[in-house]
Amino acid sequence: MARIVGGINVTHVPYIGRAIANNLQQDAYWKPFFDGFPPVRDWLAKVKPDVAVVVYNDHGLNFFLDKMPTFAVGAAPQYQNADEGWGIPTLPPYTGDQDLSWHMIESLIEDEFDITTCQEMLVDHAFTLPLELLWPNQKQCPVRTVPVCVNTVQFPLPTAARCFNFGRAIGKAIESWDSDARVVVIGTGGLSHQLDGQRAGFINKEFDLMFMDKLVTDPLWVTRYSVPDLVELTGTQGVELLNWLTTRGALGGEVTKVHANYHIPISNTASGLLAMEVV
Amino acid sequence: MTTGKQKRVIPGTTIFDGDQARKGYALNKMCYSFNSEENRQAFLADRDGYCAKFGLNEQQKKAVFDLNVLDMIAAGGNAYFLAKLGGIYKLDMQDIGAQQTGMTKEAFQAKLIAAGKN
Repeated sequence: MARIVGGINVTHVPYIGRAIANNLQQDAYWKPFFDGFPPVRDWLAKVKPDVAVVVYNDHGLNFFLDKMPTFAVGAAPQYQNADEGWGIPTLPPYTGDQDLSWHMIESLIEDEFDITTCQEMLVDHAFTLPLELLWPNQKQCPVRTVPVCVNTVQFPLPTAARCFNFGRAIGKAIESWDSDARVVVIGTGGLSHQLDGQRAGFINKEFDLMFMDKLVTDPLWVTRYSVPDLVELTGTQGVELLNWLTTRGALGGEVTKVHANYHIPISNTASGLLAMEVV
Repeated sequence: MTTGKQKRVIPGTTIFDGDQARKGYALNKMCYSFNSEENRQAFLADRDGYCAKFGLNEQQKKAVFDLNVLDMIAAGGNAYFLAKLGGIYKLDMQDIGAQQTGMTKEAFQAKLIAAGKN
């Protein structure tokens, strides 16, 4: 059966794409962010995943508000990035893993998660940039991918408990896949930030640090908060932490922290990175 | 026109719920079209005609012409879609943040940096 080697949660701010394109990794503004990644890349080189299941939210590239699935799973042979309208470079396509996609789809629906399946799917910066950060300077991303898209755009959003349980079902699906593949689960977005309204620029360092800590040791802690609570505590876009929680759910019981980094600000966002290994 | 449910009030914050999604549909749909360079150029060439094509109401059109983000949110705009309109005018997130909070861009950036020092 396939094995989950661990999970990585990471921020996905679009301007990271511009920083990579302009080679600004060691620029004073970006250095504290980019310097978080080498230890995680070293860990990836050690655990050698074949496939990445990427839990993220689309920002109006693949999904418009005409059809907005709460949970969607990609089942395409390949995933294209495309123009998102804010001028960051478009990245080369990503290879899918249709066998794992369809196995996950069957297993998730069996477990009563009635997801939307996507045989064609554009992937935006929330999918592409974390892969760029984790495997930089590659012509082609070295792992096969399965995108899992969570609605964090149009309320009502799935509850924290629902996301955690969705993650658990994803973990169960991966571990019941008849394959010798090694799988890493990647969750993207967050941490606290708010782009819109008079409260734009809101950041909550205390909550973020607590969340990162609890995600390792006691992930159910965050399920005590409703989605509006999470908006209040982390900002209108800080709720992307639901993708982190989904990823943690997929890892199951006990994990150890491989590496963490937290830096304020990248653009308007508190940036976070957290790599966890399954015990 | 609204669900009538009592809503959670978070100061300075508009939750993009069903009421906002209904109200802002035309505006957000127009912004979604800005994923294409051809459409961005078509908008710049004839803003009035482009807004009319998507059926924006007067409130939405005025907010777009004024490039006023808070007014666009009041008219149902969603942050992710509005950012595509902002991209046409080369506005970054600190420009947009500064405008909404009534600060200079420098003051807004300083506020973000200060949030890391607490």
